[in-house]
Amino acid sequence: MCLAVPLKIVEIDGVNAVGEIEGLRRKMRLDFIKEPKIGEYVVVHAGFAIERLSIEEARLNIAEWEALENALR
Amino acid sequence: MDEIITLDYGSGGKKTASLIDKLIVPAFCNPALSALGDGAVLAGSARLVFSTDSFVVNPLFFPGGDIGKLSVCGTVNDIAMCGGDPKYLSLALIIEEGVPMNVLSLVIASIKAAAEAAGVVIVTGDTKVVERGKADGIYINTSGVGFLKYPGLAPEMIQDGDAVLISGTIGDHGAAVMLARNGISDGEITSDCAPLNTLVDALFESGAAVRILRDPTRGGVATTLNEFIEGAGRGIELEETALPIRADVQAACDILGFDPLYCANEGKLIAIVSGETAQAALSALRKHPLGGNAAVIGRVSGRYPGRVGMNTAFGGGRVLQKLAGAQLPRIC
Amino acid sequence: MPCVNPFAGINTAQLGAVRLMEVCGTHTMAIARAGIKRILPKDVTLISGPGCPVCVTPPEVIDTILALSSKKGVTIATYGDMLRVPGSRRGDNLARRRALGASVETVFSAMDAVDYAKSFPGREVVFLGIGFETTAPGTAAAILSAHDEGVRNFSVISVLKLVEPALRALAQSEGFNVQGFLCPGHVASVIGEEGFAFLPRDYGLPAVISGFEPQDIILSIRRLLAMLETGRPGLENQYSRAVSRDGNPLALAMLHQVFEPRRDIWRGLGAIDGGGLAIRPEYSAADAEKKFYLEISEVTAETPCRCGQVITGRMQPADCPLFGETCVPEDPVGPCMVSSEGACAAAYKYQGI
Repeated sequence: MCLAVPLKIVEIDGVNAVGEIEGLRRKMRLDFIKEPKIGEYVVVHAGFAIERLSIEEARLNIAEWEALENALR
Repeated sequence: MDEIITLDYGSGGKKTASLIDKLIVPAFCNPALSALGDGAVLAGSARLVFSTDSFVVNPLFFPGGDIGKLSVCGTVNDIAMCGGDPKYLSLALIIEEGVPMNVLSLVIASIKAAAEAAGVVIVTGDTKVVERGKADGIYINTSGVGFLKYPGLAPEMIQDGDAVLISGTIGDHGAAVMLARNGISDGEITSDCAPLNTLVDALFESGAAVRILRDPTRGGVATTLNEFIEGAGRGIELEETALPIRADVQAACDILGFDPLYCANEGKLIAIVSGETAQAALSALRKHPLGGNAAVIGRVSGRYPGRVGMNTAFGGGRVLQKLAGAQLPRIC
Repeated sequence: MPCVNPFAGINTAQLGAVRLMEVCGTHTMAIARAGIKRILPKDVTLISGPGCPVCVTPPEVIDTILALSSKKGVTIATYGDMLRVPGSRRGDNLARRRALGASVETVFSAMDAVDYAKSFPGREVVFLGIGFETTAPGTAAAILSAHDEGVRNFSVISVLKLVEPALRALAQSEGFNVQGFLCPGHVASVIGEEGFAFLPRDYGLPAVISGFEPQDIILSIRRLLAMLETGRPGLENQYSRAVSRDGNPLALAMLHQVFEPRRDIWRGLGAIDGGGLAIRPEYSAADAEKKFYLEISEVTAETPCRCGQVITGRMQPADCPLFGETCVPEDPVGPCMVSSEGACAAAYKYQGI
């Protein structure tokens, strides 16, 4: 129920937008993102961005994994 | 079997196999057909390899190729996978009325270029036109003959300890066509459509002990590997971390909900070779322009008996089944 | 490949047998893809719950949709997931109806269905609104868009479901034997961490909101086991990069503007109060049930399907009398086999491995 892709906002036109990943561009809707900005990342499910991706939190999530990898070595 | 044909029967997976087993082979039963290789090795004073393929791709033109190029490479490759040296092709066109003449010209030009690149000659053919709505633009059938150059390739030759090689990145063609169909633009994914006969020559020149070759077209790498082991009682063990998959192809598959291991490849081959000659085979592939990203992706082993299994990046295991029906885009 | 199993160092000796439930079809797929079940500590089992919206749509509802698909002038617009879901007649599904002449369009977004309706004003376009809270806001936006732009030939069959009522029904069911939950990260993006707080609060069950990369899932399972070890069930948010405490207010607002909860039938679980979403009366012009006078039976017909027992852990797939004979992946009876990585489908695929 949750298949979603992280896309970078590259174009905004009202609620319509274009997101990009690995050079691929995809149209999407930003109805649920407050004051979206070009360059931000959003999680897109079934054509709609359902949430912003927080880069700070992403760093923490990655750090948690790296800490585990280090502990296991 | 169902009483009507559905799209799943064309996907190259289990339903296609059941159609072949239950309807087609019994009707025409003969040893050459029953072997169900990519082409048929025929007896005669010179051993011929004969193959046929039909092409119904939509859209007709996609990044990296078009239906014309595909129709030549598809049959050339089927002959090459059987150990044949492809020589002559027939070309049958079924064209929907209303197709612009310049579209047809472009397709013909593409066929000509592909045939020259592959070193084959179109020696006979046929053209029909059908009413609007009765064909998807253009349908093409090519049949080809070649002379057997590398005899003895067969699934029965596969042994424990053999290495599984692929000549390059996985899923490019399938991804390129799906993107073109869904209006996802830009990016650099192109179909890998290419004739593989010279790559096969390079492989054999290396002295590799090749058990079998196949190009993983419809149904992808996973389905092709399943075909190899069917009935052979062997197992194949792949290493996920060894699979060459482009990041943008993976992203395209993620967006659409597909799996690259089930996407078609039109310019790659899978080779099963003896463990001892795997290195030589790999080097030979890598030196060839079409094999730059060749990799050893697994081995024939008893780890997943009778299955195609994959050791995942996290030390887990996953079974790869044959494609059941067509891949469907998912949200879930 | 890591040299060490990522679950190394976890001592589950005093926990005994631990059963953890993941409630999201996407988690089920991600876990299968990464082969995580093989590297779990001994005695830790992962069960896939009823979190696949396609799989929990009952056969009676599918039958109604299939009948509608064969109606002249109707085009069914649907996500690909629904094409092979079976109705109550063996082999009958949307893919087959399409082969028989029904107009069925695969779409990636509810907005694509609205656009299709605009492009083909002569056709009645019916969008299959499946999904959970992740998908509902987008479906609501499509209904609003059609409403605002006067697109009269667009309507939606809402088979949308809500996660909380189903989880409550499960947690209260007899014989429920699950010690912790892996919660769907994207549902949480919409409903917030708070949306799953009821699990530890009302049922004493630890819950971790998890992302979908293998690393996310592994870390989340570790967190669940750690909570079990300390005996302190709580709620944790491993997917903090996409999940906030209160979720997405814009998405929730749109969801509630267009939909209201209703009693709904889940395949394998039966009727659940508030388990589904209905289109509010103000938008009934876009409600296919009203437009086409659809009668979706309220009462679940007697079904031999045992999915409810498999999901709640009272029965193993192999113990179901239908398993592997009547009920196989090519011809499934219930959600556990419909979902390609559901408990039964996985058991069937991995047998002998």
